[in-house]
Amino acid sequence: MHIAEGFLPPAHAVAWGAASAPFVVHGVRSLTREVREHPESTLLLGASGAFTFVLSALKLPSVTGSCSHPTGTGLGAILFRPPVMAVLGTITLLFQALLLAHGGLTTLGANVFSMAIVGPWAGYGVYRLLRRYDVPLMVAVFCGAFVADLSTYCVTSVQLALAFPDPGSGFLGALGKFGAIFAVTQIPLAVSEGLLTVLVMRLLVQSSKGELTRLGVLLAGNKSEAVAR
Amino acid sequence: MSRNAKINSLLLLLVAALAVLPLALGLGDDEEEPFTGADAQAETAITELEPDYEPWFTPLYEPPSGEIESALFSLQAAIGAGVLAYYFGLRRGRRQGEQRALRDAEPEAGRTPAEGA
Repeated sequence: MHIAEGFLPPAHAVAWGAASAPFVVHGVRSLTREVREHPESTLLLGASGAFTFVLSALKLPSVTGSCSHPTGTGLGAILFRPPVMAVLGTITLLFQALLLAHGGLTTLGANVFSMAIVGPWAGYGVYRLLRRYDVPLMVAVFCGAFVADLSTYCVTSVQLALAFPDPGSGFLGALGKFGAIFAVTQIPLAVSEGLLTVLVMRLLVQSSKGELTRLGVLLAGNKSEAVAR
Repeated sequence: MSRNAKINSLLLLLVAALAVLPLALGLGDDEEEPFTGADAQAETAITELEPDYEPWFTPLYEPPSGEIESALFSLQAAIGAGVLAYYFGLRRGRRQGEQRALRDAEPEAGRTPAEGA
């Protein structure tokens, strides 16, 4: 769930926009480079964007008695590195802001920062760290997707708490409030996103071994990965 | 069902269970309006924290009703699902084609000259 249109004071909206812009520009560059150097990966790039499209359209009920939706950014970040997701995430957010009145143009910068920048980087970081310590591929994928999803909503909570500190308890009081609304709601959804990302990665391992090897997700000549969960 | 298919179905089943459990357990029952969006709750929290805050911008386009909004959300999911299905369908078809080509190529190589004539 993104910050709604007009719900960030102008100064904050501009600041988050300025913080996000360089990442998106850099992302556009990496995306065009990837497509130019490896035209065969266009399809998989499209599939990664499509995964984000599906998941961020699914509003699911959660344990807090409210609804939210996953982000789907972990998969693309693991496959193509996070800069690419800055672009694909922004496209998804624009679609929702323009057609669905979900999120907004004035809050686009803040929402891009949480969903298309911090989420992918945090998820990718966890994935890489786990892989370095030889954690099985699918476990690392699950954790990466889980963290990408949850960190997005932690950032959203921080952004709102910065803009609307509690009159009594200040920033931390407000962070507790927004965290309870966004982050706690998100925990089971992040588990769902982790499971769905593992499912898609399993299908990719079955269908696109060559591509995954080129992207460094699978090691060349390692067959045991294909059956490992 | 192969082992792979079993694990994949189990993953889907788990996701479905995670979505259904909050509903089945009635976790939204003590809310005024059960299962509203977290973003709407955040808007309420903002007006509680800062009662004078007025959103200074309104969406350029707002779906006129809940039905239209859900239609557009389904459109978003359908586009995504369509592209994903295209990707996996294409991959599967290519793989099958490659296997068939290999199978067709092999007997020719193994054929005796008499058969080929």
